Amino acid sequence: MRFSTVCRILGILLMIFSLSMLPPVMVSLLYEDQQHNAFIQAFLMTLGAGMAVWLPVRNLKKELRVRDGFVVTVLFWLVLSLSGSIPLYLSDFPELSFVDAYFESLSGLTTTGATVITGLDELPKSILWYRQQLQWLGGMGLIVLAVAILPMLGIGGMQLYRAETPGPVKDSKLTPRITETAKALWYIYLGLTIACAIAYWGAGMTLFDAIGHSFSTIAIGGYSTHDASMGYFDSTLIEMIAIFFMFTAGINFALHFTAWRRNSWVTYFRDPEFNFYGILMILVAIATIGILYLTNTYNFSDAFFKGLFEVVSIATTTGFATADFTVWPSVLPFLLFLVAFVGGCAGSTGGGMKAIRILLIYKQGLREIKRLIHPNAIIPVKLGNKPVPDRVLEAVWGFFSVYLFVFVVLLLLLLATGLDQVTAWSAVGACINNLGPGLGDVSAHYGDIPDTAKWILCLAMLMGRLEIFTLLILFTPAFWRN
Amino acid sequence: MKIIIIGAGQVGGTLAENLAIEENDITVIDPDGSRLRELQDHLDIRTINGYGSHPNVLAQAGAEDADMLIAVASSDEVNMAACQVAYTLFQTPTKICRVRATPYLSKKELFNTKAFPIDVLISPEQVVTKHITRLLEYPGALQALDLANGEARLVAIRATEGGPLIGHALSLLRQHMPSIDTRVAAIFRKGNPIIPSGDTVIQEDDEVFFIAATDHIRAVMSELQPLQSNYRRIIIAGGGNIGFRLAKQLERRYQVKIIESSYDRCVSLSESLEKAIVLHGNAADKDMLLEENIEDTDVFIAVTNDDEANIMASMLAKRIGARKVMALISNPNYVDLIQGGEIDIAISPQQTTIGSLLTHIRKGDVVNVHALRRGAAEAIEAIAHGDQRSSRVVGKRLDEIPLPPGTTIGAIVRRQEVVIAHDHIRIEPDDHVILFLVDKKRVREVEKLFQVGISFF
Repeated sequence: MRFSTVCRILGILLMIFSLSMLPPVMVSLLYEDQQHNAFIQAFLMTLGAGMAVWLPVRNLKKELRVRDGFVVTVLFWLVLSLSGSIPLYLSDFPELSFVDAYFESLSGLTTTGATVITGLDELPKSILWYRQQLQWLGGMGLIVLAVAILPMLGIGGMQLYRAETPGPVKDSKLTPRITETAKALWYIYLGLTIACAIAYWGAGMTLFDAIGHSFSTIAIGGYSTHDASMGYFDSTLIEMIAIFFMFTAGINFALHFTAWRRNSWVTYFRDPEFNFYGILMILVAIATIGILYLTNTYNFSDAFFKGLFEVVSIATTTGFATADFTVWPSVLPFLLFLVAFVGGCAGSTGGGMKAIRILLIYKQGLREIKRLIHPNAIIPVKLGNKPVPDRVLEAVWGFFSVYLFVFVVLLLLLLATGLDQVTAWSAVGACINNLGPGLGDVSAHYGDIPDTAKWILCLAMLMGRLEIFTLLILFTPAFWRN
Repeated sequence: MKIIIIGAGQVGGTLAENLAIEENDITVIDPDGSRLRELQDHLDIRTINGYGSHPNVLAQAGAEDADMLIAVASSDEVNMAACQVAYTLFQTPTKICRVRATPYLSKKELFNTKAFPIDVLISPEQVVTKHITRLLEYPGALQALDLANGEARLVAIRATEGGPLIGHALSLLRQHMPSIDTRVAAIFRKGNPIIPSGDTVIQEDDEVFFIAATDHIRAVMSELQPLQSNYRRIIIAGGGNIGFRLAKQLERRYQVKIIESSYDRCVSLSESLEKAIVLHGNAADKDMLLEENIEDTDVFIAVTNDDEANIMASMLAKRIGARKVMALISNPNYVDLIQGGEIDIAISPQQTTIGSLLTHIRKGDVVNVHALRRGAAEAIEAIAHGDQRSSRVVGKRLDEIPLPPGTTIGAIVRRQEVVIAHDHIRIEPDDHVILFLVDKKRVREVEKLFQVGISFF
């Protein structure tokens, strides 16, 4: 570990991040909501902190090592969410405690979308804008994390994607390939956001809402500027646009990039993960719509639109709502939560365990069956037509078991804070999968649960976002030994 | 013809043997002196000890005035280099080269006068694979060959009890199937050839060679054997080059299992094959064969590079229930010994490869040669050039052509169309005539028959 190198990067990150306090100042001045001081103070504090960290080590130019990558990645979310919480804490409306401000900021940056704030409709525009913007920036960081960093660190079998990512992200140096990869992916991210914003605007949202929601849609975040979330607009067209963009943002961005460069749609259907993700989504949607209709919860058109919207929203781990799915027949909330565990594709802004890992686990199950029939057979697990190395499969299994283990531990901790079973279960699930809304006491917001529970859920969000190992590895003594 | 053969391996040796009988001057080059002595002991050939790609060795072998160079050494690179040397230094007219490695074969632009000046590329694995896939298409066939680009096929089949034609004269075939035109080219009874006529009676265990349009093959076969259902389940023993190619080609149409003893090879096979099941183990492991339902297996094909292993494995497979077994057998001495006993079909890689080589060695207007019955008989496709005055065949009725004894005309391919031979048909210019020779010593006479007289020029 090279402390100075990490500091240098962190300082630069903080200084860049401080700039993100400026757009809300503009929004604040535009709408005259008197919140600009909070943002200006936050800007100066963040900039100052960044300078303080960066100046002493500014001339040290050393290459990052893989091990430093873990630290930088964790600190990225940890430190940025801390500085991101400053304006929320300083602002006098809403009046947030430190834990609430931090929870809100981290939930934004990890694109979870769990909120502690109620009465969104009355909030100052600049605060609303800032929340949406946090998610969008989190999504940007996430893409680099998911497409470039995690594959390189080899977390949970993601080394699979090393070969697939555009450009060779193969050597162990973090720069300069990442800059190029990131740039290409950010263009796609930006392009999708603009397209989404225009579509929302055209479909009848105000410009402010359109931009704000496009931020949280493409980032698969789920923050809204209204308490009623997407339901506020009560427009089938807007819902359909949201479904399309949520689904698109849940696809591996590297795949978007490849398809765009080859200029061919077929590329998508050649990707086994995309097919799995798509088919799973369709099957769950059919089941949900069927159950909603057959149990007479809704008439057919409501069952179709509300069911489809909730399935895509929960399965991609966005967390927008058009209906209160917690009151649906009890199998559905459970089903949707389970699908959220699968989440989006690897390399997307979606959360969960990622479709590719579940697909690999499923294929291993099939292989086991075949092995029982043919004891002497040698059967590789294949993705497309490429065999998957056993090392990757082991990593996937390792990830899967640790994920469940962490889930159980966090669940127990949460139960210990006095929450009821459904609330605790769904809150941990919603946070570790970066989904957002839960069931029970946390179905609308997280404002009413104890502070300890909020801290635990912050940990869950961070764990989920960093694919657990990135964070866990920092707690091992071996990591810090030279 | 003066021919230089590089490599005295199995293909090289068999080739030398076949060509020497046909009055060619053969020189064999090989670095292994003892192998050469062995060949020289029983063949009338010249041998040179050395590396076939070295110019001095080639010069010593008489490359200056050689008509043909056949490079069949074990190394692709030696073969390719030898062709290059022969072309550059000796201007050898025809260069035939064996290349095995697929990476070379997949780049066609490598093989031209600018890069590797090779006139004919042969790949034995490819030829053997094709041979086996043809056989699988016709359950019960001993051999199946494409004629005239696949328009017609020549099929060898053993007459077995239950075939409607057994015990009847051949002329009955026409009554049984008026709409189907076929020609029985030869019958081998206890290894002795019979030239069939209308009143020849088919007996059980006769080996019958017939020619028919590709679509009609199944129907004719059903006359000679109780109709066998299509193959579905196939086990291939041996995951070498041939086994892999075979599995790759068959896996989409059949249920294929492939057994290989090397674990590493198994892993690489399982990665390149999509549907076939790769089994790690010994092909002669009875327990494993039983575990893999050998009794429900339609065809067991042993294609390891060890003759004895192939023979034992396929005999075992047959004993414990495989419906048909085939074995790849390189040693020509084994082939006759084996076929028709417990092992249904013995595949000789040399014979199949040599068929494709002979085509280029034959004189005149012979465009295709197929070795039959392990080389004892031959099917030839010759073009009738010239006109009535210059040619001895054009314009004649088939029964007027002075064919050498033991030779029959099976079919004529006229402008992409297959005409089954009948006595009243006249040969037209540019017809492809398919002849069947029960004794290949008569090849010279057939070649002469199709040579165009002086007046043509």
